[in-house]
Amino acid sequence: MQKKLTEIKRIRAEELAKEQREISVSSFFEKNRHLLGFDNPIRALLTTVKELVDNAADATEEMHILPEIFVEIKQLSETRFIVIEEQIPKIFAKLLYGSKFFKLKMARGQQGIGVSASVLYAQLTTGKPVKIISKIDPKKPAHYYELHIDTNKNEPEIIKEDIVEWDKSHGTRVELELEAKYQKGKQSVFEYLKQTAIANPHIHLFYISPEQEKIDFPRATNSLPIEPKQIKPHPLGIELGILIRMLRETKARTVQSFLQIEFSRIGSTKAKEVCDKAKIPANSKPKKIARQEAENLFKAIQQTKFVAPPTDCLSPITSALLEKGLRKEIDAEFFVSTTRPPAVYRGFPFQIECSLAYGGNLEKESQARLIRFANRVPLLYQQSACAITKSVALTNWRAYGLQQSGNSLPVGPFVIVVHIASVWVPFTSESKEAIAHYPEIIKEIKLAVQECGRKLASHLRHTVRAHEQREKINLFEKYIPEIASSLHNLSGESKTLITENLNKMLKKNLPSLEKNGGKVD
Amino acid sequence: MVVKLTKTKSKLQDFGKKIVKDINHKKNPTITLPVRSLSNVGFDKKTKTLMLKDKIANRYFFNVAHAKKFLQTVEIASLSKNLLDEDKHASLRDVFYMAKRTIPGTNTNIVDEQIESDAVIEDLELITDSSREQLHINANKMGSVAGKVVIKDRQDTINWAKLGSGGWSIPSNVEDIKFVKMSAKYIIYMEKAAVWERLHEDKFWEKQNCIIMSSQGQTTRGIRRLLQRLHTEFKIPIYVLTDFDPWGFYIYSVLKFGSISLAHMSEKVAIPGVKFLGITADDIENYDLKKHLIKFKETDVSRLSQISKYEWFEKNKEWQRQFKMMKELKAKAEIQALSARGISFISEKYLPEKIKNKEFLD
Repeated sequence: MQKKLTEIKRIRAEELAKEQREISVSSFFEKNRHLLGFDNPIRALLTTVKELVDNAADATEEMHILPEIFVEIKQLSETRFIVIEEQIPKIFAKLLYGSKFFKLKMARGQQGIGVSASVLYAQLTTGKPVKIISKIDPKKPAHYYELHIDTNKNEPEIIKEDIVEWDKSHGTRVELELEAKYQKGKQSVFEYLKQTAIANPHIHLFYISPEQEKIDFPRATNSLPIEPKQIKPHPLGIELGILIRMLRETKARTVQSFLQIEFSRIGSTKAKEVCDKAKIPANSKPKKIARQEAENLFKAIQQTKFVAPPTDCLSPITSALLEKGLRKEIDAEFFVSTTRPPAVYRGFPFQIECSLAYGGNLEKESQARLIRFANRVPLLYQQSACAITKSVALTNWRAYGLQQSGNSLPVGPFVIVVHIASVWVPFTSESKEAIAHYPEIIKEIKLAVQECGRKLASHLRHTVRAHEQREKINLFEKYIPEIASSLHNLSGESKTLITENLNKMLKKNLPSLEKNGGKVD
Repeated sequence: MVVKLTKTKSKLQDFGKKIVKDINHKKNPTITLPVRSLSNVGFDKKTKTLMLKDKIANRYFFNVAHAKKFLQTVEIASLSKNLLDEDKHASLRDVFYMAKRTIPGTNTNIVDEQIESDAVIEDLELITDSSREQLHINANKMGSVAGKVVIKDRQDTINWAKLGSGGWSIPSNVEDIKFVKMSAKYIIYMEKAAVWERLHEDKFWEKQNCIIMSSQGQTTRGIRRLLQRLHTEFKIPIYVLTDFDPWGFYIYSVLKFGSISLAHMSEKVAIPGVKFLGITADDIENYDLKKHLIKFKETDVSRLSQISKYEWFEKNKEWQRQFKMMKELKAKAEIQALSARGISFISEKYLPEKIKNKEFLD
């Protein structure tokens, strides 16, 4: 029931966002700011940075350019901040287009209203427009725009346009002034950027904090992620509301061709089968399908078997790069990572990746740190409501030689990273912070985590053994005076001489002892 | 006596010198000794006792798996030499405490449990070819004896016939005891101290002109050595009286053939000449003990089947008959069950009759 409700909520948000013309965007925002990640001033700041960075990364990757992103936060007063975001590559600001909306392609932002929400939030709290500088050629001057959102027409409006000098050779700069609150810690801008650097080893990030600290997150690879393919929705992943809208908006002339064109894995035979089951003539016009008929069609789809959706639409980080990303941001002793083969939940393909960092300078006595990613975006809020947290807690870490009380996160010096890549990540709510509890997803997460856990366990056993052996070898040194004094008592030979000779032998045999598992050839 | 002491001492010295020689030759210091596990113990048909076979193990100092055991061995050897030097005797427990100290600069003790030092002492017996008593290490004394025997122990003359209700308690080391007078015709060794007290009160040893000896449960080394000395020095028979159960049979087996853990000592403690007097399966029938049987437990069944497969019992028809009868009864009986027939039934009827009719198992 709960699941159903959130689904309905999501459809509403999607439809409302898509059909912005029909209601006032500012009243939509006011009513839904908690869904959009602006429920408090602390989160507003983080969400703004997040939307700007996600957008910049998606935009550059679409152009096949390695992202290089600069973020600066300036504090004007207790509650007033300026967020500056710059992306160096030569692309024009294409900020305010919800182009990604309901296109089934793995991408960071899935709503397409993210950045507009930030602009709107800034506008509503400070009345200031967004300031954009864009320069596409070092020889040409930069363009300067001031945009605001016309809340009556729900359209971006350029209120000032100018040609300016900019010291960068090319790139885009976005500046937003907003009411917010700055904080450090687990849900800070710094933490968000650090985690982004882990999951996106190809992005070079640079950050200047309100305290004027300059932090560089260099890239660990120069290759861009494989561009995910766009796929049509799989029939089993569709919901009634969406089906009705698709019927209304399709260019197909018959229901049969509608099914074939708009969905993946439906051929003419399957399309006919569905029409027959729904008792709808295959050649009826989609636009004339009434609600009841649409429901029959929906039921018919649910009762039909389809081939699983294609999975080449996913672009995992890949285990090697995820581990590289983790290595450069986390100071630990042992790293392991894995990428699961793609799987499917409710008609949507998805793929799970996991990486662990253990030992080194990590906190020994506290709970393991869990870092969650969805389509390479860090999830900083609602950890306890997330399917990733549940899956990790349900894993029996005691079997891997780690501490864990009941079904909670394990205790020890380690970091657990889980990434879910999907064309449609099922979040529990529109603020996109927790993954919904689909059994298929939980199962895959557990398998990925277990695979890493087993490797960690074998590493731990090995180091414990090596450590014990080293300690035993160290004991020889302490045993020698004891042996010498007993042998002196037994044989009457000089204690000093015996000690010296034994110490010489130990020194000579030490390499061989360490090599041969504590034995001498 | 002085000669013997020096012999053990010089063996300990040789042991130390051999290791020092290894060290001077830059050889990994090594202690060589026979393996003392079940795999290296066998029944020797010639002596009819359990003996060590010839598997040899080396204990190296420069080997993390051996180093501590190596250290324990030289440490306890040195402790034993000190005992010999000072002509003092220590108990197994004393030795454990003398060796239980922390090695400076570590949190490791030379020994943590008495089992460790006890095992090393047994190793030293093999290394020096001396008994633990000769190394001046004694076990707790246990067991009593009475009979028409006069002995000399250290400076004292002791008459086993004149020691009141307790009898003489048998020490761990009986090596240096001298028999001054001995006129007994046989020895009865029994598993139970309570039965010994019955026989002692009834002056059984006086009437029968024998020696009665007991321990509580397992027979200690001192008792086994004392029995062996009396048996070989005076050529008198020894009859064993135990409960009618697999454990009673085992006590007899250890006395006669030796045990795995003391296989290296068989020569000194095993007495192939002992005979089993009772309680036998036939006694259950003949003395009407059926109503005093105690039902077998799981462990009794498996123990019986183990014992019946012992190499030295396997081809003995008489013993196999006993095992079979016990197996069929699925029950055991205590010696004290005889008291149902009257408190002195055992001393007045059972024992004299059995001995007179020579009803023994060999």
